[in-house]
Amino acid sequence: MTPTLAKGSIRRRLVLQLAGIAALLSLALFLVVRAVAEHAAEETQDNILAASATSIADALYSERGFVRLELPYSALSMLGTISEDRVFYRVVVDDETLTGYDDLPAPEVWSDSRKNKFSTLSYRGETVRSVAVTRAVSTGSQITDVMVIVAQTRLGLEAISTRITATATAVGAGFFLVATALSLLAAQTALLPLNRLAQSVARRGMADLRPVVTETPAELIPLVQSLNSFMSRLRASLTRSEDFITEAAHRVRTPLATVRTQAEVVHRRQSGAADKKALREMIRAIDESSRSAGQLLDHAMVTFRTDHLETSDIDLGDMIRDICDRLFPTADLKDIQINLDCTDQPMPFSGDPILLQNALRNILDNAIKYSPADSVITVRLTANGSYLIEFADQGRGFGDADLTQIVGRFERGSNVGDIVGSGLGLTIADEVARAHGGKLEISENKGGQGACVTVVLPRS
Amino acid sequence: MRFLLVEDNAQLAKAVADRFALDGHAIDCATDLETARACIDTASYDLILLDIMLPDGDGRDFLKTHRGAAKRTPVIVLTARSEISDRVGLLDLGADDYITKPFDFSELEARCRAVLRRQGGTAQNTKTFAGVILDSMTGTLDTGSRVEALRNRELRLLEVFFASPGQIFAKSHLMDRLFSYSDDVSENAIEVYVGRLRKKLEGSSAKIETVRGLGYRIAESP
Repeated sequence: MTPTLAKGSIRRRLVLQLAGIAALLSLALFLVVRAVAEHAAEETQDNILAASATSIADALYSERGFVRLELPYSALSMLGTISEDRVFYRVVVDDETLTGYDDLPAPEVWSDSRKNKFSTLSYRGETVRSVAVTRAVSTGSQITDVMVIVAQTRLGLEAISTRITATATAVGAGFFLVATALSLLAAQTALLPLNRLAQSVARRGMADLRPVVTETPAELIPLVQSLNSFMSRLRASLTRSEDFITEAAHRVRTPLATVRTQAEVVHRRQSGAADKKALREMIRAIDESSRSAGQLLDHAMVTFRTDHLETSDIDLGDMIRDICDRLFPTADLKDIQINLDCTDQPMPFSGDPILLQNALRNILDNAIKYSPADSVITVRLTANGSYLIEFADQGRGFGDADLTQIVGRFERGSNVGDIVGSGLGLTIADEVARAHGGKLEISENKGGQGACVTVVLPRS
Repeated sequence: MRFLLVEDNAQLAKAVADRFALDGHAIDCATDLETARACIDTASYDLILLDIMLPDGDGRDFLKTHRGAAKRTPVIVLTARSEISDRVGLLDLGADDYITKPFDFSELEARCRAVLRRQGGTAQNTKTFAGVILDSMTGTLDTGSRVEALRNRELRLLEVFFASPGQIFAKSHLMDRLFSYSDDVSENAIEVYVGRLRKKLEGSSAKIETVRGLGYRIAESP
């Protein structure tokens, strides 16, 4: 039985969580890298702007009470080194534009401070970065405040920003990929002990109920402990029920054996026909109950074992010879001859020997039971595409019973009236054959009247 | 033949002993393993019938030591356990055969016979009447002039006659000896087997006579 699958395996959960964390970290890394880089780029532009404005301001001089300016072209060309950006300038003296673009906006506050004032603004349809430098120029009698404004478009900066963004994205993505790969590896490593434990449990045979002693990480010890305690309880319970069945069988069968044997003794000593008949019926009833009990137990065992085949390598030839030997005395009592048609060459098959033996024995036992005295049962083992084990008797066949129904539980032929049987023999054989990937075929005996039961097993 | 029955259920042991006695066999009963060991040490048996669940131990342990001691006496296990794995295990432990309780006595007899035959029986199992030798072990009849192989039922029928020459056996008695309880046969069925035996005895001085209204007996022809 498969347990209900919890949403997402531990591995997947672990990987997803680690990948999530990696994604957040990558995003943070991306943002930080971009912010720092853009800030640095902006600062560079600002510094150049300031330097440019300062060098213009330094070129101011006064002549006859007026502020004059010999514009140093180097001040503008140094801005050109950044890119193809356009540069604007304006020198304002007492609210009057001395030179430059007179619509270039000046900062609102005519600051007293000698600090450079940076601002980002829109000018002639473009975003520009501007710096305003104020300088007091002495014009003889008085000091005149002069403001030098230099502005530059931000195309270069935007190009740099795009490059920085691309680089930051690459760094973030790379970090994410590496982190995810590492988290996969980490999940794998973390789950290794769990997998090892699962394998060591899965490799066990179905009868192996010994405690698990695989090296176990501390976190799994409670689980393994409860597993071990569960298995020990299961083992105890199995042993108990096996003991119970054995004990029950013993308790029931021993008195039955006593009654049967005593009935036989009395039957032999009796001479009254009516008494003899009664005793005979009594013995038959005993046979019927013990046979049914035996087959029910067999059937329970077969049903249990077909779920967990304990396969080993066997030789079908040896097995069938053993079974024929074993049932020879029973057949001989009725002067029934068992003809075994089987070559000596190996007939290797991988199957559960106990189940196969039980199935084949049941079929042969059935054949003997339903065969008349002085008849022949032919057991034939052939190997072509698959193994065919054929049991052909000269008995009464199955009458009008539906041959496809005959293997059903407690189904018997339509003509069995007087013969003790539970109808489980062929069911057992059928279930065993199916469990081994084969099937049971039932037909009329081609060589004469009677039945032919064939076990078909695949050749591996 | 002499049997040792190791069985703790006194009633069953007695019934089996009675049943064996009917066929003229001697049987000693041991109710536990200790008694069984004592019996084996003091007497020799043709065959041991061994129960598995005994008050002072497991019959399988007894089987192991018995085989370990290289004793050849064949052992047939009487088991109440029906699990096949158990039965297979029994043969591996050295049991010659097993039979599940409750057992059909004629099947038990047949198994004993098969086991003894496989063993190559040292016991003398021939009986002679009127110069005719019946060998139960090989299932053959030696009339002096030829050797006839007997089928199982013929052999068992002839054994009955040879055990008490001259005694008249009723048809019903012979039927009990020949047919199992699940066989529904008429009394005439016995005539078939008598007929076959007469044919095989032809030429010898032993013959099976019909005693009208009473049954059959074996007699020496003058």
